[in-house]
Amino acid sequence: MITAVRKPMEEIIACVSPYDRILLAGCNECVSVCSVGGRKEVSLLSSALQMHFLKQGKTLEIQEVTLERQCDPEYVEELVNSVDSADAVLSMACGCGVQTVAARFREKPVFPAVNTAFMGASERQGVWSERCQGCGDCVLGITGGICPIARCSKRLMNGPCGGSTKGKCEIDTDIDCAWQLIWDRLKALGLENRIEEIMEAKDWRTSRDGGPRKIVREDLAS
Amino acid sequence: MSNTFEPEIVAFCCHYCAYTAADMAGSKRLSYPPNVKIIRVPCTGKVDAIHIMKAFQKGADGVYVAGCLEGDCHFKNGNLRAARRVQRVQALLDEIGIDSRRVEMITMSAGMGERFAKTAREFTEKIRELGPGPVKAAERDFGLSAAG
Repeated sequence: MITAVRKPMEEIIACVSPYDRILLAGCNECVSVCSVGGRKEVSLLSSALQMHFLKQGKTLEIQEVTLERQCDPEYVEELVNSVDSADAVLSMACGCGVQTVAARFREKPVFPAVNTAFMGASERQGVWSERCQGCGDCVLGITGGICPIARCSKRLMNGPCGGSTKGKCEIDTDIDCAWQLIWDRLKALGLENRIEEIMEAKDWRTSRDGGPRKIVREDLAS
Repeated sequence: MSNTFEPEIVAFCCHYCAYTAADMAGSKRLSYPPNVKIIRVPCTGKVDAIHIMKAFQKGADGVYVAGCLEGDCHFKNGNLRAARRVQRVQALLDEIGIDSRRVEMITMSAGMGERFAKTAREFTEKIRELGPGPVKAAERDFGLSAAG
């Protein structure tokens, strides 16, 4: 999922303070799962903002709407009726959702209430870790299901480096060495020989080096 | 601040401990301030951050969550979860300029009637010193009423 963390209240407050009527839009997808921008968090932020402004002597009107998916124009269309009576939109979705809303309602200021972080997986309740960087050319099939791009601090394609100590990364002992994990996994699979095969330099054009990416499915596109 | 300020306090009390302790306080004829309004919950683990925030938004001057003693939760760890949520609300209140001492996590067993009464008295006094909560302060200072 796409993970995110709420922006500091000070920053959110600064964004909405010029306005009297806010449309606070959550998203039921990734940000809901990582407990940062779903219905519950929308309600919490709304309550916090209203109380903050009440203390300043201002009544902030907030409409709370949580869309099924904010990165999808079909769902964003549901905001049509509520957006008219708002001075600005505060979105709790990831950057994709914020931009979809901003593109649809060009005349309304749209502010993000969260910082989109990374594509990650849930390790346990309340803990998410980066697992994918969307490089566009997946190597998980040859690295034992552990991504050296997302999980090695140096994105080494042929590791480990000299900084790997007792299975941990030199930049932080809380971070597992991805190449140690790869080695352990290959060993468990009986594929130790694979570690000796040199991976060629990666073609980063499928990643961000090729500019903003787009997928067009001719069979689906209208 | 007006001398007639009587704080309104919401206490989310666990059915298995604090609520029973309140009952015990009653049975023992121990007096505690009527300012404390009890909301019985099946476990403090049921209390979410939004419940605490809504209590403030609806006019509470202070809120406390009263759960079982550590290690004694009827549902294993609901009280520990509640304690972490209370901390989260305290941090949020600080961020929006509301004194985080207005919310607290308290633990007690079902037999601690005295502790329930003492906690109610002490918390009420603390909130009395802190003055009206965000909503009442806005009513007093600006004549505004809460939207929530």
